[in-house]
Amino acid sequence: MKEYAPVHVGTITRYVVVESFEVTPQDLAIRAYEISKGVMIKETCFGLTIMGKEEEVDRIIDELRRVDPAHIFVKDRGFPPGDARRCRSSLGGARPGFHGMEFEMTVIPYISHGIEELEKRDEKSIPEAKNPLDRRTLDVDHLKKIIDAQET
Amino acid sequence: MAKVFIYPSTSLILADLVMRYGHTPLSSAVAIREHIQTAGFESAPLQISPEDPKKGLKWAAVEVPSGVRGRMALYGPMIAEAEAAIIINDADLAFGCMGCARTNELIVFLLRQKEIPKLDLNYPAGEEEGVKFVAAIKKFLSGLGGRP
Repeated sequence: MKEYAPVHVGTITRYVVVESFEVTPQDLAIRAYEISKGVMIKETCFGLTIMGKEEEVDRIIDELRRVDPAHIFVKDRGFPPGDARRCRSSLGGARPGFHGMEFEMTVIPYISHGIEELEKRDEKSIPEAKNPLDRRTLDVDHLKKIIDAQET
Repeated sequence: MAKVFIYPSTSLILADLVMRYGHTPLSSAVAIREHIQTAGFESAPLQISPEDPKKGLKWAAVEVPSGVRGRMALYGPMIAEAEAAIIINDADLAFGCMGCARTNELIVFLLRQKEIPKLDLNYPAGEEEGVKFVAAIKKFLSGLGGRP
């Protein structure tokens, strides 16, 4: 067994995903470089990966969110940018986790719309979201009627 | 600021909304980061060592596949420290092999057993559903305290 010496201990990495008609990952990268101090910023096709001390990363993300608040999304990443265990330059194919993000990108325009509408509308006027656990179960008597109808 | 477990635990949407409304999302990345930043013996790619399936015994029995127990070594401690949970019920992306799929079932089961505030939702399928989705999450999170 080989000894494992971790790198970038004490840092965090976050994805900044942009899904906007007005802002591109390049715009965000330029803005992030302008205001960053001692963090690693990597521009990707969907946004940025930012690694550094938590306070500094959060500060940059707060600034970046102001560019287009409803269309910039942030999540944590376990590995630092370009890590050989995750980076597709060394693995080939899609990055593990890409497909999950790809699926959510189809839903994200609705979320952006929701965030924007919530700023304009009174929250109390918005009907409650449907609870998926409130499923109507099939009544036994009704099931029997269906079976009888099929048999006759 | 509450620690909110999100399911699917890799969800960008949930992680963002939880952070946006002033709370801490508990996601896979947090547990993975802790593993890969801890010194020890090399066990690529996720630094899941032979010790982890043993830790997983706290949540899954010994006859359960080691893949489930290894994954539970990541998720179990986060479920234990979670103060609230948001669960998306129709997450097609949370599929997988025996290890992933059964771990996901076990995670949802453990969250349902735990007496913490929980919010169950489906992914929105349109703009109006998107508004309801975001409003439900915002209302749920503001009920936990934190910034409005």
